[in-house]
Amino acid sequence: MTGPRWMDEEAGPVVRPFALTGGRARSSGDNLDLIAMVRSTGTPPPGDTTIGPEQRRILEIARSGASVADIASDVDLPLGVVRVLIGDLHDQGLIVVRPPVKVAPQPSERILKEVINGLRAL
Amino acid sequence: MAFAPSDEPVALKILVAGGFGVGKTTLVGAISEIRPLRTEEILSDRSVGVDDIDGVEGKTTTTVAMDFGRITIREGLVVYLFGTPGQERFWFMWDELSYGALGAVVLADTRRLTDCFPSIDYFEQRGTPFIVAVNCFDGADRHEPDDVRVALDLDPEVPVLLCDVRRRASAKVVLVTLVEHALKTLTAAQR
Repeated sequence: MTGPRWMDEEAGPVVRPFALTGGRARSSGDNLDLIAMVRSTGTPPPGDTTIGPEQRRILEIARSGASVADIASDVDLPLGVVRVLIGDLHDQGLIVVRPPVKVAPQPSERILKEVINGLRAL
Repeated sequence: MAFAPSDEPVALKILVAGGFGVGKTTLVGAISEIRPLRTEEILSDRSVGVDDIDGVEGKTTTTVAMDFGRITIREGLVVYLFGTPGQERFWFMWDELSYGALGAVVLADTRRLTDCFPSIDYFEQRGTPFIVAVNCFDGADRHEPDDVRVALDLDPEVPVLLCDVRRRASAKVVLVTLVEHALKTLTAAQR
């Protein structure tokens, strides 16, 4: 065999999850942090078939805000696939995404103290 | 990608690292509702020769399963726990996982102490605050934290504690110790 071929069984099982993304493994959602917060904007999705059932599901989950990791776990799809789907929804203005607290500035002292007290109270 | 303004909840990320089978999943499950997370990862050069891909030359991604848990401190403040993949061939995922992490718990088993060396090296190099929690397995000899500290050649400020990750109370102490350490590191840096 010369070079990689991406046909039939040779392509391996990865094809199935990415079939949901039209085969794309790249989108504007590529660099989404696992704990970036996703929230539906409430804009009604287009009635045609532009967005699939998985994306409708994501909109549903993100209605009150959910992290990328939460969404991937809920829809039971690999993270890479979910990132592409989220990127598409974002491009269509159906969701907003907020990055988590960045490395710098670090989370404030007040937040960390709150976490410590919260953990103790569990 | 454009981001929305920051009136959204605050999410913090804590990593749980350590060798394979040291109790990472148990720790996450003891204190939070544990959920599965799958990723399709591109096989890096590092995994060539480790993953046997003979006969499937076209396959350049692999599925990695991770655990994660969520602890809601209050509405709008959530702590996420991520168990890092134990096998060294999944190292390429660590950069993504540790980006923006508040800190890390390195779980250690005194019978296989060397298993946690790579995690410690990694967090030391990245400057991520971490603690070492020695999981006291049934049947393993108990070692004092100070002995473990010497064996691992840890800096004096790195907290070392004994724990039993099956117990929720113990898991709580581990996480509180980590966040206190992260707070101390933060305030020291601000001085």
